[in-house]
Amino acid sequence: MIPATFDYRRADSVADALALLHEYGDEAKLLAGGHSLLPLMKLRLATPQMLVDVGRLGQLSYVRQEGDEVAIGALTRHRDLEVSEVARHSVPVLAHVAGQVGDPQVRHRGTIGGSIAHGDPASDLPAVVLALGGTLVVDGPGGRREIPSTEFFTGFLETAVRPDEMLVEIRVASTAGGWSFQKFNRRAQDWAIVGAVAVAAADGATRVSLVHMGATPLRAAATESALAGGATPAEAAAVAAEGLEPPSDANASREYRRHLAEVLVRRALEDVSLGHG
Amino acid sequence: MRVGMTVNGKAHEQEVEPRLLLVHYLRDVLGLTGTNIGCDTTSCGACTVLLDGVSVKSCTVLAVQADGASVTTIEGLAPGPDQLHPVQQAFREHHGLQCGYCTPGMVMAATSLLAEHPHPTEQQVREGLEGNLCRCTGYHNIVKAVLAAAGGEVPKEPVA
Repeated sequence: MIPATFDYRRADSVADALALLHEYGDEAKLLAGGHSLLPLMKLRLATPQMLVDVGRLGQLSYVRQEGDEVAIGALTRHRDLEVSEVARHSVPVLAHVAGQVGDPQVRHRGTIGGSIAHGDPASDLPAVVLALGGTLVVDGPGGRREIPSTEFFTGFLETAVRPDEMLVEIRVASTAGGWSFQKFNRRAQDWAIVGAVAVAAADGATRVSLVHMGATPLRAAATESALAGGATPAEAAAVAAEGLEPPSDANASREYRRHLAEVLVRRALEDVSLGHG
Repeated sequence: MRVGMTVNGKAHEQEVEPRLLLVHYLRDVLGLTGTNIGCDTTSCGACTVLLDGVSVKSCTVLAVQADGASVTTIEGLAPGPDQLHPVQQAFREHHGLQCGYCTPGMVMAATSLLAEHPHPTEQQVREGLEGNLCRCTGYHNIVKAVLAAAGGEVPKEPVA
């Protein structure tokens, strides 16, 4: 399969990338590691006229401790995040999940920023950033702005990043408590049929997010409020799919996904309550 | 667009369309047909090559993204024409192939895996090769071969 014809420009800096986005508007797409965009282009589900390659902006590949937060450059590849000492120490759930994305070849190319900006509800990393209560930093013509992860994912493959903006950094709070990532799939390297992330946050709350349970990556709101009201893990997990409309596809029906969400959230909450992580 | 890269130690420079995939560049432009195309959807790993030393699926990399990079394909792995790379040698000795279609990709993925984990456990080998499919399902001997190439103990009968 061969993508439709496009023009290609390589950005030398964030400013250069933003200038190219400004110049080409809706016709342009940013290319990072290419492991979400190129498969869509090969299937011709995406046919951008202009690819702006930001894959060489090494200045956006970093994992840094900044006070109580960890800052991750948008072009940090999954493999680099997986083995980052800072991530493993301060946000082990993020390093762990980075090591569960796709397979080694995918992790050598794919980037956290690319995965999050793609906004795929079936991707693992957006759910982790949601469960960590993270913030997404975008740069654009008006300068930098910060978007809470709860306001970032706006629809299927749609985010709050404007066409002339670029995601440059992901910020998450360090965690000290338990965490759990439960991924259910049929094939080793595949996307999750359903996934669940639970994190014991510093403020004492437990945050829970779900993979592939709706049009966007999302927080399990009913479970979180049940926990806040004193529910046991089993009680809170029983409402995990409340209000959600997961997709039906060749891998799983909507009903099956709802069932999986309850089972995986229960396992994740039991893990967290036992202090695992 | 003009791209230059070193493939198997030899410098190449060509004018290519931006949409040309790395695997097509290697096979059709350079004539290096050892790298196979299997699924063409980033799943099977048959097209795995080393890009600056790490395994990638060359069906999901544009040739322009590899501009300036160093690429190693199955043709460039052996140290000389009459020699095999240790991973190739181990695949041969442990019968790590049946039809052979997945083999170039398996060997490249295993080489990258051993660079990251020089002494892997059997579990690490199995998980480390999750991006490569063998439709003959000859995984047991592939795992044996990779463990042998690492100089580790090779199970007589695989555990899993």
